[in-house]
Amino acid sequence: MISLHNVLMLSGVLFSLSVAGIFLNRKNVILLLMCIELMLLAVNFNFVAFSRQLGDLHGQIFVFFILTVAAAESAIGLAILVVLFRQRKSINVEQLDTMKG
Amino acid sequence: MSANLNFVVAYPEIFVLTAACVILLVDLFVSDRQRIVTFLLTMVSLLAAAFITVQYGVAERVITFHGTYVADPMGTVLKLSTYGATALSLLYSREYLQRRGLFKGEYFVLALFAMLGVMVMISAASLLTIYLGVELLSLSLYGLVAFDRDNGIAAESAMKYFVLGAIASGMLLYGMSMIYGVTGTLELSQIANRIPGIGLNSLGLAFGLAFLVVGVAFKFGAVPFHMWVPDVYHGAPTAVTLFVGSAPKIASFALAMRLLVDGLGGAVEQWRPMLVVLAVLSMAIGNVVAIAQTNIKRMLAYSTISHVGFILLGVLAGTVQGYQAAMFYTLTYVLTAVGSFGVILLLSRQGFESDALDDFKGLAKKSPWFASVMAMLIFSTAGVPPFVGFTAKLAVIQAIIGIGYTWLAGVAVFFSVIGAYYYIRVVKLMYFDAPVDNGPIQAGVALRTVLSANGLAVLALGLLPGLLLDLCARVIS
Repeated sequence: MISLHNVLMLSGVLFSLSVAGIFLNRKNVILLLMCIELMLLAVNFNFVAFSRQLGDLHGQIFVFFILTVAAAESAIGLAILVVLFRQRKSINVEQLDTMKG
Repeated sequence: MSANLNFVVAYPEIFVLTAACVILLVDLFVSDRQRIVTFLLTMVSLLAAAFITVQYGVAERVITFHGTYVADPMGTVLKLSTYGATALSLLYSREYLQRRGLFKGEYFVLALFAMLGVMVMISAASLLTIYLGVELLSLSLYGLVAFDRDNGIAAESAMKYFVLGAIASGMLLYGMSMIYGVTGTLELSQIANRIPGIGLNSLGLAFGLAFLVVGVAFKFGAVPFHMWVPDVYHGAPTAVTLFVGSAPKIASFALAMRLLVDGLGGAVEQWRPMLVVLAVLSMAIGNVVAIAQTNIKRMLAYSTISHVGFILLGVLAGTVQGYQAAMFYTLTYVLTAVGSFGVILLLSRQGFESDALDDFKGLAKKSPWFASVMAMLIFSTAGVPPFVGFTAKLAVIQAIIGIGYTWLAGVAVFFSVIGAYYYIRVVKLMYFDAPVDNGPIQAGVALRTVLSANGLAVLALGLLPGLLLDLCARVIS
């Protein structure tokens, strides 16, 4: 039997992985976008688990909204990525450092 | 909670959504030379939205749409200020955009959608509505920052803004899921009711609260979650920087009020220490790092960070007086910030951004009137009487002393004094240095008039703050 505790642990691990991925990744912007998706999915896990535990549907409705917004978010992220690539011919995170101070 | 669908109170949002969609369509059929039509339509929509908001404003709090939407007098005032801030931003940006070939319909549509996001946040009565408002605002702003497609720096700052903004949303959501888990509801009023039953020692509550505060701090741009602010302010086209610095600040205030006060007001003892840390760090880093800047947009970004510290001071007081002070501070800060960026836009022309501090040298010889307008705005930002910035700082500090945090008031005053150095340096550059740039000011009559009015408003509000203070006191009680 999978308890609420197990699911929360799983989502906690996924969330930490995604945050670590964002901060450790120094190579590729696409990886950043993937980590952001993972982060939102970890949250979805949480909502579904709580929703099941509480017997309350609102949490699962929230998940639908998160999924939709996440899709819009990746679309905009990729669009910015295209603009960036046209200017720089590179999507290396380390080169995003023209502004200092 | 009322289950019925009370559409009347949501007329402003419905109207702005319709207007944005209509403008998007109309813009398709307008040629580049007639683009002014889009601009005028946007302005008319803002006026109409203001009219509708006043017309259908509520006298007391109404919660509707199954507990997801709240209308209250505070919301009405915040929405009206949002329209004002947006209208000012668009007015100031028009000529700048025209000169750079950026005068496109998308700019106005994105601005309207961002404004709609702010309105949704202001009217949020459940965690879901807050999230949707935050995302509608953020997604529109990412698009606006990357709006100038041929500008590599703008694309870079948009990318940074996007990644950090997405992390912020993730944190906010994780906190929301925890709060949902411990309280079993998404409605802020229900959360407030259930907090006492859960007890403040609940681990889930503390965990959720910490993530929520991180998310709010990211959106505010408070230290240590401020990394995006300088880069976005610096990298975005000045017209967009102006917009990012105006209406979204009202949204951040609304976010803090709805989430921390309406929803988690019972846990004020838990979140107050976190906000104290954020506020002190913001005032310290913001004011100290601003001294080292040579780009005025970047300097104003750090100045924003320090002002966010002050707004948080008002919120963390946890008293009605504190909320009123924070609201007054937010509204007057937005007015002043819009004006300061307006002066940068006024001085810019084709191929000349006027965003280096040195570009302000000798402005008093070139245009004594606009030098004095800029001086008024800068003195107000620094908190020098009789300008409105002083009244706002005073109100916040009184609220802080009111809860016995005298040391915090001391810290705030100390860093304000440090901050005065770099503000007054701008005044020195304008009045006592020889001009470097001798180009004429090309701005048209409309920009000049509105900017002058903006500068005078900062002075007038400083001399007669009673009206706005009373208004803030009336809507938050």
